[in-house]
Amino acid sequence: MAVSKEQARQTRFAYTMLAPGIILLLLFTFIPIVYGLPLAFTNYSAVDTTKWVGFKNFIRAFEDPDFWISLKNSILYVIVVPIIQLLSILMAILVNNKLRFVNFFRISYFIPVVTSMTAAAIAWKWVFEEDGILNYFLTTLGITDAPISFMADMNLALYGVMCVTIWKGLGYYMMIYLAGLQSIPSELQEAARIDGAGRWKVIWHITIPLLMPFVMLCSLLSVMGAIRVFDEIYVMHGPKGDPASATLTTSIYTYKISFQDYNFGYGAAVGLVVSLLIMVFTLLLFKYTRKGGMNYYE
Amino acid sequence: MSNSPHSFPKALTWRKIGPKLILYPLLIITALFCLGPFLWLLSTAFKTGENVYAFPPQFIPNPISFKNFLDVFDIMPLWTYIYNTIYMTGLGVGLNLVMCTMTAYPLARIRFPGRNFIFYAIVSTMILPNAAGMIVNFIIIQKMGLYNNMLGVVLPSAISVFNIFLLRQAFITIPNDMEHSARIDGAREFKIFYSIMLPMIRPAVATVVIFDFMAFWNSLIWPVIILDDQDKYPLAPALQYLQGTLSYNFPYIAAGTIISIIPMIIIFLILQKQFINGMVGAVKG
Repeated sequence: MAVSKEQARQTRFAYTMLAPGIILLLLFTFIPIVYGLPLAFTNYSAVDTTKWVGFKNFIRAFEDPDFWISLKNSILYVIVVPIIQLLSILMAILVNNKLRFVNFFRISYFIPVVTSMTAAAIAWKWVFEEDGILNYFLTTLGITDAPISFMADMNLALYGVMCVTIWKGLGYYMMIYLAGLQSIPSELQEAARIDGAGRWKVIWHITIPLLMPFVMLCSLLSVMGAIRVFDEIYVMHGPKGDPASATLTTSIYTYKISFQDYNFGYGAAVGLVVSLLIMVFTLLLFKYTRKGGMNYYE
Repeated sequence: MSNSPHSFPKALTWRKIGPKLILYPLLIITALFCLGPFLWLLSTAFKTGENVYAFPPQFIPNPISFKNFLDVFDIMPLWTYIYNTIYMTGLGVGLNLVMCTMTAYPLARIRFPGRNFIFYAIVSTMILPNAAGMIVNFIIIQKMGLYNNMLGVVLPSAISVFNIFLLRQAFITIPNDMEHSARIDGAREFKIFYSIMLPMIRPAVATVVIFDFMAFWNSLIWPVIILDDQDKYPLAPALQYLQGTLSYNFPYIAAGTIISIIPMIIIFLILQKQFINGMVGAVKG
């Protein structure tokens, strides 16, 4: 009798504690997941009366050239992933040396990670100016004759944004790889060095294969980030992915139709297609990893 | 390869110094790459008039002028933006702390019917695709009458499944003895949670605070979607908005941007260990 009374009291306490959190989760996490699916089959928008429209939104997306451009750009964007991994592994190897001041360098490489993407994109936009510092270096060093317009050139704009994404992610992945490097025994590398393998050979044939689980984890995080790329494009090229849709990615496209045109039904449909795309990419990556069940934070 | 008695110590010093001659320049070049854009922005913020577009560019401004940092407060309502950012970040971090610890604690430490169901329902949202999350959240915020209200910006992220997961793991690891002795002393459930269990998981709480502080301070698009008045904007959306309208006078934008990132950098430099351990530890699981 006393035990069950105690149990009832504990249960009451537990639910009292849970109630506010559960209400918020229901409102802003569960309802969006459940309601997002039917929404994609309606014409819910700021103007019309809401009707069931079947697959019309999906057909509309597939017939819109901008949708295909955004899809192509988002898939193209994934090329930042191997570049980030390679550079951040090299940086991790560099700062894994026992040197004086090495911690100062680690910290300075991490600073872009903690600052806002808005600030980073504004800084880079200034670097990329036609009469900006990068063009000064390129022309002074004789690499190019005339200044390059990294912002306005349709063929370069997306790669310019990629530079920002890569630059901002390096420090974060470097730290993960550094933790990885410090967790693998150094005997193997030392043995290979004694056997006469060169520095690069050791890195390529021993260090990187040993880091593989970390490479997979980082690639997964990086792919998800790359497909969702938004802030840097929004700050540098605006909500339409200028110039002439050259930097239009799926996130920018979804934002434009949802929050500029207020076509929520259509936006939900495009969001659904993009989610499927992300799932395919994630599954493809998981196919090459045996370890699952990792958690991540955006 | 001479046989002179001096060659041996010479080789030794070369082996000691040689790698450093390669490594330090590499470290410095990488640092210039990582900090370069911000340093260039800082340099621009200290320039006035023709110096901004001087050719060849001035790396160190001459003269160094603090004028932009003072004028920028007149050019744009920077104090308002700073206040809005602090308000949004404070509210967001505070709500997350209260909501996430309160939700995680019973799931970790109390036996009650429905516990596993609730826990798995919460965790499943980490895997399920949330394709139209922003759209539905916007509709809900609008229906709640919170459009153009800071509460509408904060509320959808006032609780995070990731935080709940992290805090629950931390609560689970606390040994039972602590709880038993408190219970024998006759402490009430909430007091056990608040004054005994919560202080025990300080590292996990620190991780949550750092993550959320960064997420709210740096957030860009959700405030733009929810807030209609530019006066209500926090720093990041305000700077993004102003860089379009004030582009003819970039040094002001540069000064404003530098001001916006300084608090984040200072907090990072003070809490660097917690930042890095938290961010790296969280993904390694």
